[in-house]
Amino acid sequence: MELIKLENVSKSYDGTLVLDELDLTVNENEFVTLLGPSGCGKTTTLRIIGGFESPDSGRVFFSGNDITTISPNHRHINTVFQKYALFPHMTVAENIAFGLKLKKKSQNYINDKISYALKLVNMDGYENRDTTSLSGGQQQRIAIARAIVNEPKVLLLDEPLGALDLKLRQSMQYELMRLKSELGITFIYVTHDQEEALTMSDKIVVMNQGYIQQIGSPEDIYNEPENAFVADFIGESNILEGIMLEDKLVSILGVKVPCVDVGFGNHKPVDVVIRPEDVELKEPGKGFMDGTITGCVFKGVHYEYDVMCGDYEWLVHTTEYFEVGKKVSLNVIPFNIQIMNKPESEDEEAMKEDE
Amino acid sequence: MKKFKNGVSIFYLAIIFLFLYAPILVLIGLSFNNSMSRTVWGGFTFQWYASMTQNDSIIDALGTTLRISIFSSILATILGTAAAVGICAMKKRNAQIMLGATNIPLLNADIVTGISMMLLITRFTHLGEASVMVSHIVFSVPYVIFNVMPRMQQMNASCYEAALDLGASPVYAFYKVVWPELIPGVLSGFLMALTMSLDDFTITYFTKGAGVNTLSTMLYTELRKGIQPELYALSTVLFLLAFGMLFLMNVKKEPNQNRKEAKA
Repeated sequence: MELIKLENVSKSYDGTLVLDELDLTVNENEFVTLLGPSGCGKTTTLRIIGGFESPDSGRVFFSGNDITTISPNHRHINTVFQKYALFPHMTVAENIAFGLKLKKKSQNYINDKISYALKLVNMDGYENRDTTSLSGGQQQRIAIARAIVNEPKVLLLDEPLGALDLKLRQSMQYELMRLKSELGITFIYVTHDQEEALTMSDKIVVMNQGYIQQIGSPEDIYNEPENAFVADFIGESNILEGIMLEDKLVSILGVKVPCVDVGFGNHKPVDVVIRPEDVELKEPGKGFMDGTITGCVFKGVHYEYDVMCGDYEWLVHTTEYFEVGKKVSLNVIPFNIQIMNKPESEDEEAMKEDE
Repeated sequence: MKKFKNGVSIFYLAIIFLFLYAPILVLIGLSFNNSMSRTVWGGFTFQWYASMTQNDSIIDALGTTLRISIFSSILATILGTAAAVGICAMKKRNAQIMLGATNIPLLNADIVTGISMMLLITRFTHLGEASVMVSHIVFSVPYVIFNVMPRMQQMNASCYEAALDLGASPVYAFYKVVWPELIPGVLSGFLMALTMSLDDFTITYFTKGAGVNTLSTMLYTELRKGIQPELYALSTVLFLLAFGMLFLMNVKKEPNQNRKEAKA
């Protein structure tokens, strides 16, 4: 079921275009992440859905109704802000009750809701605490509790974990996924952290410079990036220029390599993405290309190698140990070679400048 | 050696305070002197305070002063608070221009402000108590703005949006979320405006018109006739009034600072 729909939404600030004719559909009970570098328009998109910004052109629909001109206090959408935005002169309970009191709910209903919400975010017993005495992670939980007691159909989250440390961020990611499945509502989540996006989302919307680069499941986005920007932004990769000689055969750095992609035409220039963990290191002469190991860093789970082949430096992740200076050969199975069209349209070109 | 250093610094501090406050202490002392002389101590008395309260021109002036300063500081507080909220909502460049403009009355010599206010007001109407009030509002507004602005800037801007998000109307969101954060700044702005208005002589002198006297202008005209010990008493009262306000302002600030420390 379609819940939120943006149609041809454009927005500019002081003559700088932030969103250019954006179309986006969010379904009911979906965890959608808007992912991109800072300035890509993801926060602006969220603020337009929340009603804090109005688009210069285009329409916003909520359950089929046009809400483009409706002010935020009349939308059934709640937001968790980046810096928590708790009301500092109110207690935890007063913060959570804020929205309910405005809806003229009974005191009993409000009290039930407060204890329910605090339990949900693992903060029961904190009703009468001063918000300023809480840690960042606790404040964020209260901010989430304050939003969900209003039973919104959509919860907007604007980089809610950005200010927390790594360990807390990881545990909050699981909390959010749990909350999402318990509440059964739609989450629209904004982040620049690709790992966060891959962990939590049902659907990732990769954005850059006001354009949507790719929409898809975390697996799609990671394994089959549609262009060089997405490949580069999501995880580490080797992005090379290649020539598609014919179906299932690509030339990389002058070497013919079999792949599985078809339909790019003959002798067409393409971009080739190979993930560092998909490259195997073998004895010299046994792979498709020979090179020399020029760098080695131990990363815990694996070693990270730089392998020089001619004038291209490959990034390789493997658990095997090789000495720096050793001659090796690279091998990649055809399935792990991802072929992408060279940018042609201007929105695809836009992302090139960013690299 | 350390003891010596300490001694020197205490001595230095004592001298500074002596030079700062000795003249005022002399004045306060003289106000209790049971003698018309400025050099002879004739015993302790409250006589000058008593006769001060019998003096109609002093009582009139006191009433005028209180009316002017309370009215003008209340209005300046309302205008200044609204201005601070507005400036914070502006784009950075415009906000800087506005702040620069509000700086001018602060830096401008009082006498220039006084004369220009007088010229402006006499062009449209005659001088009187109302014109003094208007002029006092003019020079008090910047003090209020400068007290409220930091509170606005400290506030998390998303708080207001969060209130809207939870269903509050813009007016309710301001009243419930923004206003409580501004109160300390608004209060100290009000007290500052009140103090400035109570103390002002120059601008009042040029805009008061005939027959209207505040304490400071009355003091000035009386002094020209010859110094009466009553005036020492009056000056002491003025000093204590200003001192009291200053004290109140600092006491008011204390709990906020504690709260900020708790936050950090």
